[in-house]
Amino acid sequence: MHLAYPAVLAALLFCTGLYGVLARRNAILVLMSVELMLNAVNLNLVAFDVWLRDALHAGQALTLFTIAIAAAEIGIGLAIVLMVYRNRGTSDVDRLRDTAEGHEPHPINAGDSTGTARPEVAA
Amino acid sequence: MTPAATLAAAATTGPGFLSPTGVEIAFLLVGLATFGAALVTVTTKQLVHAALWLVVALGGIAVEYLLLTAEFIAWVQVLIYLGSVVVLLLFGLMLTKAPIGRSPDADSGNRRVALGVAVVAAVALVWVVVDAFRTTWIDLDGPVQGSTKVSGEMLFQHWVLPFEALSVLLLAALIGAIVLSRRNDPADASDKGQR
Amino acid sequence: MSTTTLAVLVPLLPFLGAVAGLLLGRTAPGFVRPLAILPTLAAAVLAVTVAVRQGGGQPISTATELTPTGSVPIDLSLYIDGFAALVAVLVGVVATCVQLYSTAYLRDDPRYPSYAALVSLFTSAMLLVVYSGDLMVLLVGWEVMGICSYFLVGHYWETEAARSASLKAFLVTKLGDVPFLIGLFALATDAGSFRITKILGTVAAGGLDHPTLVALLLLAGVAGKSAQFPLHTWLPDAMAGPTPVSALIHAATMVAAGVYFIARLLPVFAASAAALVVMAVMAAVTMVGSALAALAQDDIKRVLAYSTIGQLAYMTGALAVGDRGAAVFHLLSHGAFKALLFLGAGVIIHAAGTNSLAAMSRMDGLAKRIPDAFWTMTIALLALAAIPPFAGFFSKEAVLVAAEQTATGHSDLAPVAAGWLVLIAGVLTALLTAAYAARLWLMAFRGRGAAAPDHGKEPFAMTGVLWLLAVPSVAFGLAADSVADWFDGRALTPTVATSVLGTGAAVIGAMLTYALWQRATVKAATAPAAGPARSAAAAEQPAAVAATVSAATAAAESAAETPEVAEVTHEHPAVPAGPAADPGRALLGPLHRHAADGFHLDAVYDRLFVRPVRGAAGLVRFLDREVVDTYVRGAGSGTRLLGSLVRRAQTGNVQSYLSALLAGAVVLAIATAVLANVNAGS
Repeated sequence: MHLAYPAVLAALLFCTGLYGVLARRNAILVLMSVELMLNAVNLNLVAFDVWLRDALHAGQALTLFTIAIAAAEIGIGLAIVLMVYRNRGTSDVDRLRDTAEGHEPHPINAGDSTGTARPEVAA
Repeated sequence: MTPAATLAAAATTGPGFLSPTGVEIAFLLVGLATFGAALVTVTTKQLVHAALWLVVALGGIAVEYLLLTAEFIAWVQVLIYLGSVVVLLLFGLMLTKAPIGRSPDADSGNRRVALGVAVVAAVALVWVVVDAFRTTWIDLDGPVQGSTKVSGEMLFQHWVLPFEALSVLLLAALIGAIVLSRRNDPADASDKGQR
Repeated sequence: MSTTTLAVLVPLLPFLGAVAGLLLGRTAPGFVRPLAILPTLAAAVLAVTVAVRQGGGQPISTATELTPTGSVPIDLSLYIDGFAALVAVLVGVVATCVQLYSTAYLRDDPRYPSYAALVSLFTSAMLLVVYSGDLMVLLVGWEVMGICSYFLVGHYWETEAARSASLKAFLVTKLGDVPFLIGLFALATDAGSFRITKILGTVAAGGLDHPTLVALLLLAGVAGKSAQFPLHTWLPDAMAGPTPVSALIHAATMVAAGVYFIARLLPVFAASAAALVVMAVMAAVTMVGSALAALAQDDIKRVLAYSTIGQLAYMTGALAVGDRGAAVFHLLSHGAFKALLFLGAGVIIHAAGTNSLAAMSRMDGLAKRIPDAFWTMTIALLALAAIPPFAGFFSKEAVLVAAEQTATGHSDLAPVAAGWLVLIAGVLTALLTAAYAARLWLMAFRGRGAAAPDHGKEPFAMTGVLWLLAVPSVAFGLAADSVADWFDGRALTPTVATSVLGTGAAVIGAMLTYALWQRATVKAATAPAAGPARSAAAAEQPAAVAATVSAATAAAESAAETPEVAEVTHEHPAVPAGPAADPGRALLGPLHRHAADGFHLDAVYDRLFVRPVRGAAGLVRFLDREVVDTYVRGAGSGTRLLGSLVRRAQTGNVQSYLSALLAGAVVLAIATAVLANVNAGS
């Protein structure tokens, strides 16, 4: 099999994921796109490992590790998104602009105790 | 160099693109399906549908692993990605009260820039990759490379230490996720408020 | 110990005393007074010893070269001849007196330690100038004196007058010192050495290439230091310092340094007739002008300051006619009686609580309150007015004799014109000097009006010093014969013609002043009573009315005029109102207003120098603020503008940040790929 097939597929999938990361508004969809990018890299790793017939199978081992790390990442990432959602009532990436120039601190976020009450109010 | 000479040079390492093998045809078809599913994932207006199309894309990738003889990884992919990650994502969508049905604002205002960057990156990557690997041939017929046995030997002979380190990382991530997503007790919060 | 060692110790001891005083002044205040007095006293004793051993014989001259310094060597050298020995004695004695006096006068001053140390340092510098045989070392002492003078004049720096006076003294003397320095270099280049002996040898051999230039340049420095016209304006203002400082610096020593310097290098000046004529003109103008100005001053210390300028001009005049013996003789006697005058004035100010002569003239019995000061001041004023047989008479006669000899062609050292100039100006000034001395005495001690305030007996440290200084003021003149042996050997005894001339002028001046004072006193006594009747009197005697009116205005002026420096700790008594009997006003007539103002020289300098400098400073300020700062501000505001533009990119949207980041990465990747291809293809 030509190496070009998996390589091109991986490149295309990576760029698709890239587009998703840059264009999606919902944080969870962004995380999905990140998963796509990770998978594209995994595909590359496997393809090159198979091609090179590496004695240690470093590519496959790294793929496994990447998968495990991706699992951890998605867990933490979702937890963070959930917390942001609880505090802010939204998980839209482009509405989290605390670092913007001239941004006033979020009035609700200013108090340390009222954060949890917000989702109930929104509901 | 004439096209014929290029073909001749390619023939030294493997067959040309004009006479694909069966595996190649299967890879190509599954690859197209995967790519299409991925495209739908990042463009659909329905959030839950995006997660479901992601399943298709990840499953396609698992098939590609199989076609590349990386058997064990394919099953790991199915187990972890399809089995847990997507489920987690669906839970996440649910918990953040993602709207069911078409949501017109699924894409941010950054879409045009994102499209430009992605297309340019894709063109550049594909160009470079094709330029570099157009004559490289993977010989899939040798000794099996990705079976469970091979992967197990490889992992527990050469990669034991990283593997164990990874388990610690996973534990840390587990605890971190629990701590982060634990909802503070309202009574506790009011205590803090009074203090 | 050898004479040389003793001579080295003379300037060294006060220097060490000053260093110790500065170091210990704060931590051990009990040592301050001994540290101030003892080194100075020891230096005075040693100076006397050195003078006795030198005995007016061959000059003692030793030198060591510390290190080679390039083309013209600089030596640490001593050169002690009769002049140096006697002037050092004067400096030591006056400095000791001043230190003793200061312990009482500045008893309660919180800055006494630094004051005493500076006086010691000043004494040391002056002794260095006197003993040094090398012009560079002399210059060191010369400049140290300048800076000490600056600090001491500004002792009461809380007052604006003292601050500006100290700055003025510093700047004006420095104005003279710059040409002085250039002159020194020119002289050393011509002579190939800074050693005075070698320079004098070169001059004697006629090896000096530019005598006039060198002499005039040096003369500028001397004019600055010795307060000669036109650089004299700092001295009257320097009276803002404490009175003992005025006595030490501005009467006996520092201002004498210039005269002493010329006396040292007289052959250099004598090599150029033009320089001598310039010096004579300078001396004549200074003499007459300062005597006129002294007649019009109200502040007792300013009167004495102007008289100092005048007496220094006598010395300069003596040098202009080529007789340095007479000059240094007058320097010595003047140093004694002028120090006495200043210290006495300090006692008077202490007792009267005011500097103003007009205010004193309205006080009764001031002489009885301070009999010591009264008698010693009387002696000193008689010496100042050159009444025989006091010291001033002999020394002034020596100057006049020298001038007369030059004028009549008996001496070939100096041009005849210089002799006539000095002689005429000297006789005229003798008259004026006697006039203002009499005026000072009459106004200070013969006041009519309220009783002078009683501040108790003056401390012995103050009065004792006065009597000590009174001795040379009385008797020094009798030593004229023996002193002449110490100098060039020319006779310093007065001749009949000049004695009659000078003493006659002095007596005339004193009598005239007394007569005018009598008239003014009567007028002053009748004026308040004759208020309504003044118009009637005006019709009869227009001239008298003018005097009365002017006396009235003078009273108003002097009442408004508070002493410049409140150096006396007593409360100022209420100044009795009413016109003061001021003979100077009648004597000077229309000149009085100008003379009181120092002939408006300050205003002229203001026009000539201060305003252009201020204008230039304003221009520079404008250029700095408006032109240079515009660029600086432009740099700031340009950056700020750019920043506000860039700030717009900070939207807080993570996705746009990431897009920019990745776009950049893609561009870089493409660039790398293309470059790699191009390089591979080439």
